[in-house]
Amino acid sequence: MSSVKQHKEPLLRIAKRDGISRSKAYAIRIVAVILSLVISGIFIFAVTKLNPIQVYEAMFNGAFGSSRRSWVTIRDTMTLLCIGVGLAPAFKMKFWNIGAEGQVLIGGIMTAGLMRAYGNSIPTPVLLVIMAAASLLGGCVWGVIPAAFKAKWNTNETLFTLMMNYVAIQLTSYCVALWENPFGSNTVGQINQQTKGGWFPALFGQTYALNVIIVLALTIGMFLYLKYSKQGYEITVVGDSENTARYAGINVKKVTIRTMAISGAICGLAGFIAVAGASHTISTSTAGGRGFTAIIVAWLAQFNTFVMVLISLLLVFLQKGAIQIASQFNLNDYASNVITGIILFFILGSEFFINYRVILRSGKEGEAK
Amino acid sequence: MEQTIAIQLKNITKRFGKVVANDSISLEIRRGEILSLLGENGSGKTTLMNMLAGIYFPDEGEILVNGSPVTIASPKDAFACGIGMIHQHFKLVDVFTAAENIVLGLEDEGKLDLKAASAKIVDICQKYGFSIDPSKKVYDMSVSEKQTVEIVKVLYRGADILILDEPTAVLTPQETDRLFDVMRNMKADGKALVIITHKLHEVMDVSDRVAVLRKGQYIGDVATKDTSPQKLTDMMVGHAVTLNIDRPEPKDPTPRLTVENLTVYDAMGVKRLDDVSFTAMGGEILGIAGIAGSGQKELLEAIAGLQPLRPGASIHYRPKETLEGDAGIELVGKTPLQIKQAGVSLAFVPEDRLGMGLVGSLGMTGNMLLRSYRNGFGVFTDRKAPKKLAEDVMGRLEVVTPSVNFPVRRLSGGNVQKVLVGREIAQQPSVLMTAYAVRGLDINTSYTIYNLLTEQKMQGVAVIYVGEDLDVLLELCDRILVLCGGQVSGIVDARTTTKEEVGLLMTRFKKEAAEG
Repeated sequence: MSSVKQHKEPLLRIAKRDGISRSKAYAIRIVAVILSLVISGIFIFAVTKLNPIQVYEAMFNGAFGSSRRSWVTIRDTMTLLCIGVGLAPAFKMKFWNIGAEGQVLIGGIMTAGLMRAYGNSIPTPVLLVIMAAASLLGGCVWGVIPAAFKAKWNTNETLFTLMMNYVAIQLTSYCVALWENPFGSNTVGQINQQTKGGWFPALFGQTYALNVIIVLALTIGMFLYLKYSKQGYEITVVGDSENTARYAGINVKKVTIRTMAISGAICGLAGFIAVAGASHTISTSTAGGRGFTAIIVAWLAQFNTFVMVLISLLLVFLQKGAIQIASQFNLNDYASNVITGIILFFILGSEFFINYRVILRSGKEGEAK
Repeated sequence: MEQTIAIQLKNITKRFGKVVANDSISLEIRRGEILSLLGENGSGKTTLMNMLAGIYFPDEGEILVNGSPVTIASPKDAFACGIGMIHQHFKLVDVFTAAENIVLGLEDEGKLDLKAASAKIVDICQKYGFSIDPSKKVYDMSVSEKQTVEIVKVLYRGADILILDEPTAVLTPQETDRLFDVMRNMKADGKALVIITHKLHEVMDVSDRVAVLRKGQYIGDVATKDTSPQKLTDMMVGHAVTLNIDRPEPKDPTPRLTVENLTVYDAMGVKRLDDVSFTAMGGEILGIAGIAGSGQKELLEAIAGLQPLRPGASIHYRPKETLEGDAGIELVGKTPLQIKQAGVSLAFVPEDRLGMGLVGSLGMTGNMLLRSYRNGFGVFTDRKAPKKLAEDVMGRLEVVTPSVNFPVRRLSGGNVQKVLVGREIAQQPSVLMTAYAVRGLDINTSYTIYNLLTEQKMQGVAVIYVGEDLDVLLELCDRILVLCGGQVSGIVDARTTTKEEVGLLMTRFKKEAAEG
């Protein structure tokens, strides 16, 4: 017993919080954002000698500098949010759907194909309904395949959904080659650029109003589905414990397949919105990594679809801001990515201080950040 | 024997959120003595000892080892102070041998010498009367052997203050006796021993001194020879409770479940139940005794429709109002939902409460919903009835929770159990199966549960009670079915049998197999 130490409390201890008032939790989050702005300000100044305030101003301009920019930001927020809403039921069921990227692409292919074929023969409102249905179906199939394999043979859904992405990407490449326009450009180009057949119509004078309406309706619907419906309850139970689900007479396989059908279908619909409501073309970058970014959206929001709205907006804002400062100040992409990284790091880190508190040696409880 | 003070705890306080688990506790642990730390569940016994083992850190107070104040911030610090704790749940690597497990995590200079380690292990075993084979793999070991490995592990690290957290919970009476012999040997060697338990007869049997905790407070300590189970119970619960469980005669027992030729293999292909047949009567409590892992879990799950059965099995259910000659319902081949839809109201309190039976992330209301969520109108669930039920259960069984929406995962084990039992009884079942229904409950709540079960029995429900405490089984049940290695080794009348008889039945087949 030679190594018995002096009686001394450790300098820092971490204890789980028993619960925290909502206002205090938001206060911590706001402090985290301010702190992240200060730290990245120091970074900006140290590396580029630019005035951080100007840089932040530029970021804001990039996202909301003009009416058009604001609407593009909103449009991209909605697409990201739509994928996040689609992923929510799968992740709530602890089904690791890494395949949103592929589900979005399949929805996009369906939409683009129909738009090319019937854009000038079927009236746009009818065609929009057909394209929406086809993209839902496409995404649904892409989601059900890994779910069925999981239910039947207990395959690993993470690998399966991930690999389905590559199948979807190859399919997209094939379609791009098939639908190439003009010939030799290796792109599809804007489909029906003259007639705008199958494009989202402007509502209330706003080009992207329909995107907002569809996605917000889904957001509310998914919130109610997860929280108040019987199927939503089954998803919660299966996600918590499959044994408890079996105990309660829930058919776990059925719920797995059904939930992935819904998840995949909504992601497919996001492809429809991305093609018919935004880019009016299809390429392998139609999903553009948003199928992965949306995982962050879903988890950070703890599957609360209303919180997802805010998180999607934040992520898109950071992305637009980064593009703007990269071009305005001639910074390379990495510098703006570092700033985005710092801000995300602090926001994620603040969740730790919401769940835990740090106790200093003196016995005084250091308030987190 | 000279008794020096090994550890002194001074005004130790530990809080978990708003709950005070230990309230300014002062306690002495002496060398050459076995101290029983006695208290109901949730009285703070394990919390207190975990602070010595470096699992928790006290919020207030001081720990002195051999007279000098120490800081125990990690299990490593605890070992440095010579403190070793044997936890309720073993922390062993299954694919390693005993010796590999014992040396695991030691940072000795030079290369790993398993041979020397094995020799040292054999020495320790001989010294105290253990028997283990250092080269045996943990997955081949019985529970009692695993426990021995855990004890040798702390001795190997030079611990001379040993804390055993409910070591007998998983042992047969015979294994318990062997463990107590070993503990006495260690005591004679001058080690300080603490045994955490709530089994009074063990306290009387093995310990020299008893320290009693109640609701996080230190009540006092007495020499074992100067006390009695009745006095200790008074100290534990604060007021006298009769140890007698009210057991009315069964009310016109009628066969409710006839189980025949039940054989179950688990996913690994190991036979868990071997040709089990019995009849559970409505209006009686059928106890199921057996060493942990003798097939109790599989038996209940098989009846609930959760286990694939071998062909030839039959579980025949007769409703209460059956006329003569009515065929009843066959449950084999039905899913839990089909059983429910066939009008069979099966209530089931499984052993693993959060893993099967409850949804940890939901509150009480959400968990009440598990049995009734299909009743809601249309696609949406009805939350009013479950909320009311949750409030009823909360009041009736005194569940301590901040609100009916507080995740049950964050409740204490006893409260989790109350939520589950409360929900299952509220179903007004015709068959009620409980696995270790009072595990983790304090004495008062245990009696509440016993009374609820008896109440169900008097309403004509067939109650199946899987228990571990033989005293309770003998006092609560009408008949006791004893399982041993997946086989029925006997069905005895609980009113006339003895603990010894049941204890022998619990190990009978094992011995026969070993001899044959």
